[in-house]
Amino acid sequence: MMTFDDLAGLASQVCPMHVMIDAEGTVTSHGPTLLKLCDGDDWKGKSFFDVLDLQRPRWVKTISDLLETAGCKLHFQLREAPHTRMKGVLVPLPDGQGAFINLSFGISVLDAVRDFNLTSQDFSPTDLTIEMLYLVEAKSAAMEASRQLNLRLQGAKIAAEEQAFTDTLTGLKNRRAMDHVLNRLISGGRDFALMHVDLDFFKSVNDTFGHAAGDTVLQRVAAIMVDCTRKFDTVARIGGDEFVLVFEGLMDRNRLQDLARRLITRLEEPIMYGVDECRISASAGTTLSTELASPDPAALLHQADVALYAAKRAGRAQHMFYAPGLEAEMVEHDTKSA
Amino acid sequence: MHGLINRAVQAFVISTYGDKRWGEIMDDSELGFSEFEAMLVYPEDQSSRMLRALERNLQRPLAEILEDVGTFLVSNPQVEALRRLLRFGGVNYVEFLHSLDDLPDRARLAVSDLHLPGLELIEQAPGQFDLLCQPGVQGYAQVMTGVLRAMADDYGALVILDQSGTRDGADVISITLIESEFAEGRAFDLGAHSL
Repeated sequence: MMTFDDLAGLASQVCPMHVMIDAEGTVTSHGPTLLKLCDGDDWKGKSFFDVLDLQRPRWVKTISDLLETAGCKLHFQLREAPHTRMKGVLVPLPDGQGAFINLSFGISVLDAVRDFNLTSQDFSPTDLTIEMLYLVEAKSAAMEASRQLNLRLQGAKIAAEEQAFTDTLTGLKNRRAMDHVLNRLISGGRDFALMHVDLDFFKSVNDTFGHAAGDTVLQRVAAIMVDCTRKFDTVARIGGDEFVLVFEGLMDRNRLQDLARRLITRLEEPIMYGVDECRISASAGTTLSTELASPDPAALLHQADVALYAAKRAGRAQHMFYAPGLEAEMVEHDTKSA
Repeated sequence: MHGLINRAVQAFVISTYGDKRWGEIMDDSELGFSEFEAMLVYPEDQSSRMLRALERNLQRPLAEILEDVGTFLVSNPQVEALRRLLRFGGVNYVEFLHSLDDLPDRARLAVSDLHLPGLELIEQAPGQFDLLCQPGVQGYAQVMTGVLRAMADDYGALVILDQSGTRDGADVISITLIESEFAEGRAFDLGAHSL
């Protein structure tokens, strides 16, 4: 016949986190791993509920309730700090002699191992806890390596985008590309016209139909601009709804005026986004590189900008050429309106 | 070969011989890049070219270099994670040796596309083992020898290791355990890492 001591000895090998209680709920013995949890203050002789707070099932209030839970999953929490959560299962001992409760850390094992300085000897050899700890560490290490790779790729992507000359949304040239073209033309001593185009009512398309509609409009605008210009002209999107067109060797104001008119008319045609009809317009300002004795990109862009501003002021859907007096008018206007 | 393996060699060279040496080796390899990524897989011939350039540059036999790579993997604080993972294999050196049979599976649990050749531990007599390293990764047995040597230090065990030829196509490392608790060894806390 097996004695309680035999049972406790056997259980300590197989279930190093077991607790045995008598019918009154006093701890009569427990497994060796639990000694590490009680910080030298042995649980033996204490009331089970003084050591562990039973959190679920909630209907369990007394020891006799507890004995009724045979086979159910029990949720405990240590009464003392660090209030580690544990899972357990209870089996009643024969002849009303109390119960055998096996405990486990469940998912809180990661904290428990640290908090109580547990080693592999604290777990049964058949317990998968060590394998789980191994997996958690292995996955963390692998995840960290992947994260590092992602960070490096992200950095490379940003660098590549910065170096790229294309506006990814429209496929037009971007601001960097435009700077590049202007510098090349100027250093090569070429004459060119520079047209700054700004969309009107684009913001209301975005606000009314959403950004996806706005994107569709920008793509359509880009297609129209490419269509209205020659193959070797430069069409760049330099801001949200701002475009710069560079016409190498095209210095004829009439032709530029015609081109701008045609472009604005085309842009005013309704653009369909699903069933919605998006309507925009555009204003444009143009300057010629010959306006300056020694042209420089920033100054030319500024002139085109001044002309654009004048066009907007003249009522939208207009095109204006830069003229030396425009800046003064602009300042005057600003002073009046201020 | 998996990036982790290439990257291990890279970490070893940079830590032991410096960035400049690694740059020379990669230039000589003519692979068109200067660093291996741990989480990518590289074609076999790229790894082979790097290893040949490594041997030329360091002017040492490749086998010897790879054994040092194995030692580096366990003993260098930079790669502490790997030492810890290996220590999960057992509480003493003999248990660790027996856990090597599972090493390729354990590696695959951590990184699913990392395929290490099989390892088989045969106990010839008490304290006398043969470790069979299956073919598949160039220099595997040499790196494993380095790992075994460094892990013996880690556990505080005194061992003699010898690469004793091949058996059925597998490289054999014979391991003689002189004393399992020869020195203090390094501490290992299950939960030492903040996860």
